[in-house]
Amino acid sequence: MYSEKVMDHFLNPRNVGEIEDADGIGQVGNPRCGDIMKMYLKIENGVIVDAKFKTFGCGSAIASSSMATELIKGKTIEEAMEVTNKAVAEALDGLPPIKMHCSVLAEQAIKSALLDYSKKNNVYIKGLEDFDPTEDVH
Amino acid sequence: MKKLIYMDHAATTPLKKEVLDEMLPYMKDKFGNPSSIYSLGGQSKNAVEIAREKVANAINAKPREIFFTGGGSEADNWAIKGVAYANRNRGNHIITSKIEHHAVLHTCEYLEKQGFDVTYLDVDEYGLIDLEQLERSITDKTILISIMFANNEIGTIQPIKEIGRIAKEKGVYFHTDAVQAIGHIKIDVDELNIDLLTMAAHKFYGPKGIGALYIRQGVKIDPLISGGGQERNRRAGTENVPGIVGMGKAIELAYENFEEKNRRLTYLRNRLIEKIFEKIDYVRLNGHPTQRLPGNVNVCFEFIEGESLLLSLDMAGIAGSSGSACTSGSLEPSHVLLAIGLPHEIAHGSLRLTLGDSNTEEEIDYVVEKLVGIVARLREMSPLYEKVKEVK
Repeated sequence: MYSEKVMDHFLNPRNVGEIEDADGIGQVGNPRCGDIMKMYLKIENGVIVDAKFKTFGCGSAIASSSMATELIKGKTIEEAMEVTNKAVAEALDGLPPIKMHCSVLAEQAIKSALLDYSKKNNVYIKGLEDFDPTEDVH
Repeated sequence: MKKLIYMDHAATTPLKKEVLDEMLPYMKDKFGNPSSIYSLGGQSKNAVEIAREKVANAINAKPREIFFTGGGSEADNWAIKGVAYANRNRGNHIITSKIEHHAVLHTCEYLEKQGFDVTYLDVDEYGLIDLEQLERSITDKTILISIMFANNEIGTIQPIKEIGRIAKEKGVYFHTDAVQAIGHIKIDVDELNIDLLTMAAHKFYGPKGIGALYIRQGVKIDPLISGGGQERNRRAGTENVPGIVGMGKAIELAYENFEEKNRRLTYLRNRLIEKIFEKIDYVRLNGHPTQRLPGNVNVCFEFIEGESLLLSLDMAGIAGSSGSACTSGSLEPSHVLLAIGLPHEIAHGSLRLTLGDSNTEEEIDYVVEKLVGIVARLREMSPLYEKVKEVK
């Protein structure tokens, strides 16, 4: 059902945990639907120097979170804004159609954490104007 | 331990060697059509009738009351649609429960679209129906009560004898989906006042694709499959002879040394439940603590999701199942877990382990040991667990 890469990121997830003095924290999803993603970002001079996550969810939700943190670490905010759900799914060598919403959740988790950063630091991030972290991806 | 530990016997069971041995000749040399008049056909006809007798004996029915079908779902469909259509002149009301198998629920929903009224009885926290609610729900339009013998997810066994008594008193037909119960619980259709009963061979070490419907003599029912005159004009289609032979053998074996097997399975079940509760916190048992199938364990681990649990178990060589949304292909967790009152987030973390002949005490201990590690790992990753740790 899952690609080897999904299984690898599920069994050996990268960047699990919290960042205590995170500059941006985002949480998306809801327990009713069976998935919640929480993402922590450490940002210095517009660059994401560290990213961590905690996820309640299925195998692909955990793998998508892990891959998302890998994709944005070391990237500038602008570059991270370009990490789409499609990019996350492709980096995992694909997800089953019914699991695509997990990658959408990962994209939203990144954006939600960036939105938190932008609000706390009063920084404008292009592309977040219409972003609604509470929007239901299901 | 590299061998697969199979704990999903409620999904299906492996075919027993003795069963396969009896089936094989009917796939090769004894291939005749039971309807043919030459001796090759007669041989098949005899084999079918011997199997019918074995199935009938297992539930204290008469052989002429057993009708072979293509499995449990067909038998459920037939019982409900067949009785509904044949008794339409008497009424259009059917009573069932909220925790039935989809073969019953979706059939009832279909009939609602055809103008029938269906009452879906509630269940309590253990999954038991309320007999008073059942009695109150019966009207002069009620033609059928369909309540499962034992639940496929949580293992709860319904008060079948009382339901049968109420149905008989009120003159309403009583159908029970006994797919999970047959071969694992002793069933006497007369003592329990059952009018129609569904069974499927692959749940008791028989082949897939074969089941049967018991129809008490005198019950008015329409056929579901029209065609030839097989099964006394009630179920058309050339008989699945190897399947029928296999079902007969499997049901016979299921009730051999029954008490001993039942005791062993109940012991293993209780050991698994006790060990899980001893070693893992934030767990709840789903289903009735004692009035449950001997091999059924169903628990919820809070703060984690069922599919990631199953994947992790699979990596450890353990096969189980879950009522989480992610394993069902829909976004809703199991209707059974919601009906017993579980909130969505807890229902997502359910694990069902169903034991059978192959399981041993060592396997139980190994599974618990693995579960401890898996649950801890997934909870460490879960944002829902943080808050609990803070409180601790």
